[in-house]
Amino acid sequence: MTRSLVVPEIMPRVRVSALDAYFGSAHAVKGVSMRIVDRQVTAIIGPSGCGKSTFLRCLNRMHETVPTARVEGGVELDGRDIYARDVNAIAVRTHIGMVFQRPTPFPTMSIRDNVAAGLRVLGAARPSRAQTDEIVEKSLVRAALWNEVKDRLSTSAIGLSGGQQQRLCIARALATEPRVLLLDEPTASLDPLSTQAIEELVYALRRDTTIVIVTHNMQQAARISDSTAFFLNGELVEMDTTNDIFTAPRDARTEAYITGRFG
Amino acid sequence: MTIHDSPQTFVREDDGATLRIHGSAIGDRVYSGAITFFAVCVPLLLLAVAWELGVAGWPALHKFGFGFLTSSDWDPVKGEFGAAPAIYGTIVSSIIALALATPLAIGVSLFLSELAPRWLKQPVGFLVDLLAAIPSVVYGLWGIFVLLPVLRDPVMPFLRDTLQLDRTGLFSGPAYGPSMLAAGIILAIMVLPYIASVSREVLMAVPRSQREAALALGATRWEAIRGAVLPYARSGIVGGVILGLGRALGETMAVTMLIGNRAEIATSLFAPGYTMASLLANEFSEASSDAHLSALMAVAFVLFVITLIVNAIARWLVWRVSRGTSGRVA
Amino acid sequence: MAPPIRPTLRQRAFSERTVRTLERRRIVSGIMLGVLAGAAVLAVLPLIFIFGHLLATGMSSLSWDFFTKMPKPVGESGGGLANAIVGTLILIVIASAFGLPVGVGAGLYLAEQKGSKLANSVRFLSDVLNGLPSIVMGIFAWQFLVRPFGHFSALAGGIALGAMMIPMVARTTEEMVGIVPVSLREAALALGYPRWRTSIAVVLRTASAGIVTGALVAIARIAGETAPLLFTAFGNLFWSTSLKQPIAALPLQVFSYAISPYDAWHSLAWAGALVLIALIFIISLIARFATRARFATGGGD
Repeated sequence: MTRSLVVPEIMPRVRVSALDAYFGSAHAVKGVSMRIVDRQVTAIIGPSGCGKSTFLRCLNRMHETVPTARVEGGVELDGRDIYARDVNAIAVRTHIGMVFQRPTPFPTMSIRDNVAAGLRVLGAARPSRAQTDEIVEKSLVRAALWNEVKDRLSTSAIGLSGGQQQRLCIARALATEPRVLLLDEPTASLDPLSTQAIEELVYALRRDTTIVIVTHNMQQAARISDSTAFFLNGELVEMDTTNDIFTAPRDARTEAYITGRFG
Repeated sequence: MTIHDSPQTFVREDDGATLRIHGSAIGDRVYSGAITFFAVCVPLLLLAVAWELGVAGWPALHKFGFGFLTSSDWDPVKGEFGAAPAIYGTIVSSIIALALATPLAIGVSLFLSELAPRWLKQPVGFLVDLLAAIPSVVYGLWGIFVLLPVLRDPVMPFLRDTLQLDRTGLFSGPAYGPSMLAAGIILAIMVLPYIASVSREVLMAVPRSQREAALALGATRWEAIRGAVLPYARSGIVGGVILGLGRALGETMAVTMLIGNRAEIATSLFAPGYTMASLLANEFSEASSDAHLSALMAVAFVLFVITLIVNAIARWLVWRVSRGTSGRVA
Repeated sequence: MAPPIRPTLRQRAFSERTVRTLERRRIVSGIMLGVLAGAAVLAVLPLIFIFGHLLATGMSSLSWDFFTKMPKPVGESGGGLANAIVGTLILIVIASAFGLPVGVGAGLYLAEQKGSKLANSVRFLSDVLNGLPSIVMGIFAWQFLVRPFGHFSALAGGIALGAMMIPMVARTTEEMVGIVPVSLREAALALGYPRWRTSIAVVLRTASAGIVTGALVAIARIAGETAPLLFTAFGNLFWSTSLKQPIAALPLQVFSYAISPYDAWHSLAWAGALVLIALIFIISLIARFATRARFATGGGD
C-alpha cells in the first residue's frame, strides 16, 4: 500500500543522454545528459562558445545540417529516440519548433503565408484553407501579435519591426503545434521594449508549451525560466530550479559565472 | 494535438503512439540527383562538343596530319585541305584587334577609375558596356555600309600613299575594302567592352592606400597611376586582354562580312583573308563532299581547342587576381 | 581598415625625383591624363556612330509593313519580316525552355555544393563554355541535331542558343542564391521543410528577382546571335512555326539581306537590325526593372 503513496517520476518531454556534438574534430558538446520537463521554461546559460546553442540545435536535429557536424548519444522526445535509424530528421522538426537569434521571416511571403509556412509541409495532415486561416489567427494571438497585424495579413512580413518579426517567427513555429519550442537567444538582436514583449510572451506560453531558451542574459533566465542549466566549455556544469541556481549554486564555477566573475 | 488544459498526467493523448517521426527522404534524393545532373550537363556538353567535332574531323586530321595546320593549300575542288590561311587570318585579325583595343580599353578604364567625375562615370561606363550588347551581325552590317567605304577612301590610300607605308608591305596593294584590316578594326570595337569591363573591375579593386602612398610621396597623378595603380592591376588586365582574345578568335558574323573570305596568306593587310570562324560560316552549308565536310569539322575542332586554352588561361589569371584582392577589399 | 602605408622602393624613387624635375613631370602628367580622357572619347565614338547610323537608316526603312508582311521576292518592292520576328521569338522560347532549367539547376548545385570538387570544375568549365565561339556551338548542333535527322529545324537552333545560355544563367543563379542568408534556409529546415522544398520554396523564391534579371540578360545576349543558327534554324522565306522545320530569324535575315546586292534588301537589313537592337534593349530594360524590384522587396531587412 505504501507504494501507491510514492509520487512516481514524471516522464520528461525530452530526455537527453550522454550527448556529444562535434564540428569536424572540435568537440562542442561533451557528454550532456538532461531532462526537460513538460510545460516549463528551461533556460540554458553560459559564456559565448560554451556549446549551449549547439546543444539546442541537437534537440531538433538542426546540428547535422552543418557540413562536418556530428552527433553521438541519445535524445528522446516523449520516449522516442529521435536519432534512431528509421527516424526522419525533417519529421522530427515538425514536432519541435525553433526560433533563431535574428528574426527570419521569409521575405517573399506575406504575414499570413509566413505563419502558415510550416503547415504547408505537413503532407497528409495539412489543414484546409479555412482551418489554416483559423490556425494563423490562433498562432498570432498566442504570439501576442494578432492585434498589430490583423489588418495587414497579406502584406509583406519585411515591413514589420524587428520585435514584431521575431514574434511572427514564434507564431510561425507555434502554428504546427510543436511539442517543444526551442528559442536560440531570441532577444539578442532586439531593443529593450521588444525584448520585454518577447519575455512576457515566453512566460505566458509556458502554460501550454515546453520551452527551451538559450540566453546569454542571466537576468532574462532568472526572470522567465523554471529551471536553468549552466554550460561551460561544452559541459553541463549544473542544472537545477532557476531559484536554486541563482541563489544557492552548488558548483563554484556556476557561482563564479552568475556573480559575474567571468563570461 | 490539442493544447493541454488538464494538469499533467502520465499518459498524454499525444504520446509516443501518434508521434509521427518517420518518413522518407526521397524528395531530397530526387532533388540532389536533379541538380547534380544539371551541373554535370556543363562538362558533358563540352565533352560532347569535343567528341562530335573530333570524330567528324578525324578523317581530315588523319589524312593530312600535321600538314592540316601548316599547309596553305585549301582547295575543295581538288580535295586539298590545309587550314594555315584560316589559322593565319584568325591570329592576324585578332592581333590587330588587340593592338587597337587594348590601349583604348585600358585608357577608358583608367579614365573611369582615376579621373572621371562621379556624374560621368556611370554614363561612360554604360556606353562602353553597351558595345557588348550589339549583335555581331549588326556590326557586320555597319561595317559593310559605313566602315568599308571609309576604309576604301580615304583611310587605305592615306596609309599607303600619304604615309608611304606601302614599303612595309603591310599596307600595300589595291584598296578594295573587304580586308584583314577591316576585320581587325571591327573586332577591335567588338572586344573593347570585354577588355574594358575586366580592367575597370580590377582597377576599382586597387586599394586607395596604393594611390595615396604614391601621392603622399609627391608623385604626380600620372606617376601614381603608372607607378602604383597599373602594376597592382597588371595581371588582371592581362587576363582581360586574353579574355578579349578569346572573343576575337571565335567572332564570326562581322568578320565573315568584312574579311573578304579568300583562302590565301597575304602580307598586306589590305588583302582579303579568312579566319577559321569565317571559313566555317562561309563554306559549311556548301560543303558537298565528305572530305570537305570533315576538313571543316577539323577546323571547328581546332578553333574549339584554341579558344578553350585561351579562355582557361584568361579565367585563371582573372581568378588569381580577384582571389588576391578579395581579402583586401573585404 | 586600410593597411598601413609602406612606401615601396619604386615609390621612394618618386620622392627623390621630386626635387629635380617637378615642372616637367607636371606637364607629362597633364598630357597623359589628357590622353586617358581622349581614350574615353575614342572608346565611346564607335557606339555613337553605329547607333546614329542605325537610327537614321533603320528608321527611314521601317514601316508598318515591316512587322506585318512577309518577305517579297527580288524585284518586288515592299514586304516585311513578320516571319523572322515571330521566328526569333519562337527560338528564344525554345532556348529558354532548355537553357533556363539546366542553368538554374546547375547554379543551385554550384551554390549548395560550394566547395566540392565537382562544383569547382563545373564553375570553371561553365566559364570556358561561356567563351566557346558561337559558330562552334552551331556546328556542334548541326552534327548532333540536324545531321542525324536529315533536315534543319527550329528545335536545333533553339537548343544551340539554349546551350549558350546555360553558363550565364548558372553563374547568376549561383551568385543570387549565394546572397540569400543562411538563416532563412535554417528557418525553413527548422519548420520541417525538406531540403528540396527549402531550396525551391524559400531560397530560390527569395533569389528569384535576381535570377530573372540574369535570365533576361542571357536572353538579350542570345537574341542577336546569328552564327549558331546558320546551319540549324537555317532561315525560311515562308511562314513557319513548326519546330521541326527550318525557321526564319531576325539576325539570319539581316545577314542574308546585308550581303545581297539589292538596295531594297539593304534597307530591310537596316530596319531588321534596328528592330533586333530594339528587342534586345526592351529585354535589357525589363531586366533592369526586375533588378530594381528586387531591391524594393529586399530592402527592409
